[in-house]
Amino acid sequence: MTTSTAEQGVPEVERGGRAGGALAAVGGQNLSLIAALAVVLALFGLLNDNYLSWTNVQVIAEAVTITGLLAVVQTVVIICGGLDISVGSQAGLASVVSAMAFTSAGGNPLAGIAAAVGIGVVIGLLNGAVIVYGRVNPTIATLAGLAAYKGVAQLVSNGAAQGYVLNDSVFVFLSRGRIAGLPVMVWILIVAAVAVHVLLKYTDIGRNVYAIGGNPTAARLAGINLNKYLISAYVLAAVVAAVAGVLLTARTGSGQPVSGSEGLELKSITAAALGGCALKGGKGGIGGTLLAVALLGALENGLTVQGINSFWQNVAQGSLLVVAVVIQQRRSGERAVGLPG
Amino acid sequence: MTTTTTTAGAGVRDLGKRFGEVRALGGVTLDFPAGRVTALMGENGAGKSTLLKILTGDHQPSEGTVLLDGAELVLGSPARARAAGIRIIPQEPEIIPHVSVAENVYAGALPRTAGRRLDRAELRRRITADLDRLGFSRVLDPDLLGSQLTPAQRQLVEILRALTGEARVIAFDEPTSSLSEHEVDALFTLIRRLRDQGVAVVYVSHRMQEIFQLADRIAVLRDGMLAGVLDAAEAGEQELVRLMVGRDLSQLFVRQNVATDRVVLQVEDLTTDEVRGVNLVVRAGEVVGLAGLIGAGRSELALALAGDLPVRGGTVRLDGRGLRPGRPGEAIRAGLGLAPEERKAQALFLRRSIRDNTSLVVLDRLRRWRFVRRGAERELAQGFADRLRVRASGIEQEVRTLSGGNQQKVVLARWLARKPKVLILDEPTRGIDVGAKAEIYQIIADLAREGVALLVISSELPELLGLADRVVVMQNGRITGELDRAEASEERILALAMADDLSGVGGRGADGGPNGHGGRTGPGGPEGHGDPGREKEPRDEGGRP
Repeated sequence: MTTSTAEQGVPEVERGGRAGGALAAVGGQNLSLIAALAVVLALFGLLNDNYLSWTNVQVIAEAVTITGLLAVVQTVVIICGGLDISVGSQAGLASVVSAMAFTSAGGNPLAGIAAAVGIGVVIGLLNGAVIVYGRVNPTIATLAGLAAYKGVAQLVSNGAAQGYVLNDSVFVFLSRGRIAGLPVMVWILIVAAVAVHVLLKYTDIGRNVYAIGGNPTAARLAGINLNKYLISAYVLAAVVAAVAGVLLTARTGSGQPVSGSEGLELKSITAAALGGCALKGGKGGIGGTLLAVALLGALENGLTVQGINSFWQNVAQGSLLVVAVVIQQRRSGERAVGLPG
Repeated sequence: MTTTTTTAGAGVRDLGKRFGEVRALGGVTLDFPAGRVTALMGENGAGKSTLLKILTGDHQPSEGTVLLDGAELVLGSPARARAAGIRIIPQEPEIIPHVSVAENVYAGALPRTAGRRLDRAELRRRITADLDRLGFSRVLDPDLLGSQLTPAQRQLVEILRALTGEARVIAFDEPTSSLSEHEVDALFTLIRRLRDQGVAVVYVSHRMQEIFQLADRIAVLRDGMLAGVLDAAEAGEQELVRLMVGRDLSQLFVRQNVATDRVVLQVEDLTTDEVRGVNLVVRAGEVVGLAGLIGAGRSELALALAGDLPVRGGTVRLDGRGLRPGRPGEAIRAGLGLAPEERKAQALFLRRSIRDNTSLVVLDRLRRWRFVRRGAERELAQGFADRLRVRASGIEQEVRTLSGGNQQKVVLARWLARKPKVLILDEPTRGIDVGAKAEIYQIIADLAREGVALLVISSELPELLGLADRVVVMQNGRITGELDRAEASEERILALAMADDLSGVGGRGADGGPNGHGGRTGPGGPEGHGDPGREKEPRDEGGRP
């Protein structure tokens, strides 16, 4: 094997050196994602001249920011062997709370943001504690959260949009500002993704995260404190979901209990699975997840530009999720349920 | 006794089974005549379970044939073996917890009405008839749920399952391990009745007394070969033990004693759910062997020492400092390492590289401000891969693609990198080929010379005798004896390990519940199983009295 040092340890690399150099560094899973993305871009680019324009590309990038943030943290949770399907509801609750705190603090944007992040920490600790100490299956625990946090958001807001924030410069900056030609929201996604990528790939924390998802028993026997890591993963997910909620508020101008956040859990899990995360844990990476986010965003935008009924987009997303997992199971050589060995 | 004149019953001819490079069974010719009880004995790993699994169609033989009533039988699958009338009563009964006894017994072939609805009246009629026929109507209420059954009742459900349809051969795999004494009596009465009805009974057990009570013939396996078949009326205990062990001791690995007087590991009165009142001392440079049959509590003791099982009482001291139980991280920092029994399920990250697997417990020494120093890490992993002669294309190779011996070396490399004061090796050579075994023995010898205190658990007695300065023998969660190198022999170890106390059996119920430790994943478990070459006796999951 002639792997160069740059690609060593990249989790999504199936077998280093298979395609040599740069290709191997990207990985098999990512190659197929890039191919799929190229096909989608080419297809809609041919159908519509404006689709590949710089303006539309930025529209796509902005549209996927919130999904992207949640997909990045979902990736961490899934690598740990968990799952968080309450991230959408968390973002909705954070959105409402940020707008309401902003208003009641007399138009103080920092109060709004701090309240949202605070709610995120509380929700993350709650999710983590229920899963770790209550020994509840993560899917069930966060399914409960999906319903409960949405309910809380609707209760505190009476089910209606709250406050108006676009009279404040900070929120305006978040929603419309630009740094070096790129929208601020996109920068936030870039910073979060790079930070999580570095955490997973270059620190001992990241190694332990992969170890926990890959073989929890072995991780425990290697002295890793599983509970601490799992709770931290859910807190990270919830805090980033809260940031996503704040961005949602900034984008729409007011706190939204449900609209805009509903369905984000599906998108984030789809992106992570499509990006190469093994749903039983231990495998995946930020690179693949971001590519999958881009693919989903390009597809959604393309369908919209073509004027295709948005209900079809849900069908497309659901199908993609199933296809991604089926491909993954085939690759890992998983034995089919019920077939004798 | 191994005549080939078969009348009725089952038999095997020149039966062999290989798992990769490892031979689990070779050239076994043996009859299980109808109307007799044939006991099958042998050490752990002698091939008993492999033989049973071939009979029941779970394994395909690599060579040889299975006969039923003198005619060759092709057993493609468990379903075909069942159709031919061959049944096995597994050591740990598989019970569906939330349905009734009746549904458990007929699972897969429930009576139904025309509309595919469950015919409860017919189900009840059938179970009552079967219970009456076998004389169990008093001990087993057909309406109980699976989860409410005692260990003995669970076994009865398995027996009832086996007896539905026409059973010609019934194999019992250590059936008494979870039964109390009077339950054992009831079971023996049933077995004798089956025998008198002309069923060929195969009975696997470690317990000498039971075998002499029950068996008509005793077949002994050793290293996958038939060591002999004796008439139970003529056989003596000594003779059996000699057949089970008798190996050429001259070929064994023998190492020098380099033990010092400095006590490193001191265990006092350690008690867990499976281990009771264990006292143990391991000195620097000493290799202590821990012997015992499967289920004796050796692995549980190792896990408790590593902080992975709850401790009910007693103390563990490492270099004089007490270890708080239940904290694997603290045990590691104090200088204790454990290479567990099931290396795939409990130690390795199969889809990660050799480098990743090696550096896991030393990341705290390799990091600078939480960033892993990758150069240092590579150097370390490469160094140990060279030193232990791990055969791979490089340290980036995924561990799942390595052979068993090389995987074990990666586990050892992980702990060697940590430079432990105490290293516990649980079955370090299970399922690996002879060459790698010799290398691992050499590593153990080197570690002892460096002053590491070693506790080696092994079911292979010659290995223990060759390696250990002292052999500690466990049975039923207790230490039953300790033998110096000079006085240790296979016979004496086996005598201590099999110290046959049926009276001590019983007490706590063996619910066989999955409590998460060790290898017993379900039939669909993707990893963790598949160490070829050793017979896969169902692992004791606690709960055994």
